[in-house]
This record gives sequence, C-alpha cells and structure tokens, in this order.
Amino acid sequence: MGESVVFYLLAALTCVSAGIVALSRNIIYSTIALLGTFLGIAGLYIQLSADFLAAIQVLVYVGGTLTLILFAVMLTAKIENIRTSNTARARLPAMAVIGAMLLLLGMVANSTEWPIKIAKATPSTAKLGHAFLSEYMLPFEVGSVVLLGAMIGAVVLARRAVKRDSERE
Amino acid sequence: MISIPLEHYLVVAAVIFAIGACGFLARRNALVALMSIELMLNAVNVTLVAFNRWHGDNHTGQMFAFFIIAVAAAEAAVGLAIVLALFRLKKSVRTDTADLLKN
Repeated sequence: MGESVVFYLLAALTCVSAGIVALSRNIIYSTIALLGTFLGIAGLYIQLSADFLAAIQVLVYVGGTLTLILFAVMLTAKIENIRTSNTARARLPAMAVIGAMLLLLGMVANSTEWPIKIAKATPSTAKLGHAFLSEYMLPFEVGSVVLLGAMIGAVVLARRAVKRDSERE
Repeated sequence: MISIPLEHYLVVAAVIFAIGACGFLARRNALVALMSIELMLNAVNVTLVAFNRWHGDNHTGQMFAFFIIAVAAAEAAVGLAIVLALFRLKKSVRTDTADLLKN
C-alpha cells in the first residue's frame, strides 16, 4: 500500500516537472523543473532496487548536467525577456504527433505479455562493480575514451570564438 | 514483494519520453531542446531499469543505463559548447537562427 502511494507520488512529481520543462514559457522555470524530474527518476530507481544507479543519477545529472545547463542558460539566453528567450512553434502538430505516439506506447506496454519473473531484490553495487571490471571491461574503457573526446571537443568548441576575437584585434 | 506492475513503470517512462519529444519539437530555444533530449534519455533509462527488475539474474539493464548516462553526459557537454558557439556567432540561441548552410 505504502509502496504504491510512494510510486504514484514519484510518478506525479516526475511527469509534472517534465511537463514544466517542456512547456513553460520561462526558461529558468524549465531548468529548475528539470531538477524535480531527475530527483523523481532517482526515486523510481530506488523503488526498482537500483540503489547505485540512483546515487549515480543524482551525482551525474543533478550535480553535473543540471549545473552545466544552468550555467549555459545564465550565459546565453536573455532570460528577463520571456518573449524572445523561449518561444514555441508548431505546438498543435507537435501535440498531435506526441499524443498518437503516447497512445501507441501505452497500448504496447499494456497489451504485450511480458515474459516476467519476479526476482528477489539484492544490493546491486558489488555486482555492478564486478561486471564493470570483468564482463564490461572493454565498453567501460571505450566509455572513458568517449568522455575524454567529448571533454576535449567541448573545450575546443567553446574556445574557438574567443581566439578569433583576439585575432581580429 | 513488489506491488506495482511492470506496465506502470513503462507507462510513466512513455509519458516522460512523449513530453521530452514534444518539448524537442515545439521549442525554439536550443537549450530547451537539449533539456528535452535529457528527458528522453532518462525515460529510456527508466524502462531499462524496470525490465532489469523483473529479470534479476544479471544486471545487464542497469549496465546499459550506466553507459547511456555516460553518453548523455558527453552529449550535454558538447551540445552546450555548440550552443555557446552559436550564441557567440548569432547572439541568439534560437534554433531557427542557425541557418548558415542555407545561404
């Protein structure tokens, strides 16, 4: 009983704040609502007994990605002018397409006979660590190379304009 | 032991994905487009972890979610750098001002 109440509260928090992210006219509200979405999803992970993944979700998304996005919002958008900062286009066709897609996904989720078997929930951190360093060793290393490449690429992209300005002078 | 059926998690993930796709299609601000992409990736992660909960022999679903998180972090860093470069070039982050290839 309590589990269902918590689940529906988390689901409501996640979906409502996701709606604010996508539909709010003020980009600051969008960014702050993203915090609610990420935290709600971390709660869902805990309910699914993915404890380590919930911690990573909070660390990477709330601590990293969200801060980065907030910095970008503050640096770029002329946030005080809502009309120019966050206008929408083609809202009705987008709603129609997405409504159809949502209907289809919901029907598939509810009508398919999933081959499920309930397993006992166990702490996942130790198993995930072993899997990372044995079975998934190569993807793990490739992932670190991807992150390094992305970091260098971000630095290069963000620096280039500065360099050109100084060259002009 | 676990009272919420798998379908509920799938529907929640579908709703988040649809909202993210709607935001991506309907918004002009490149930053909101990036946030919507993050929403969609998170919805996929919820689906993977939910399936993993009902197939508990191994943790393949959660491993997938980890790699998606890593790629999403890389995507966010590069995407925001591109947005910053676009803002320096055009003094705007609206996606419809990025039309250099049209002229």
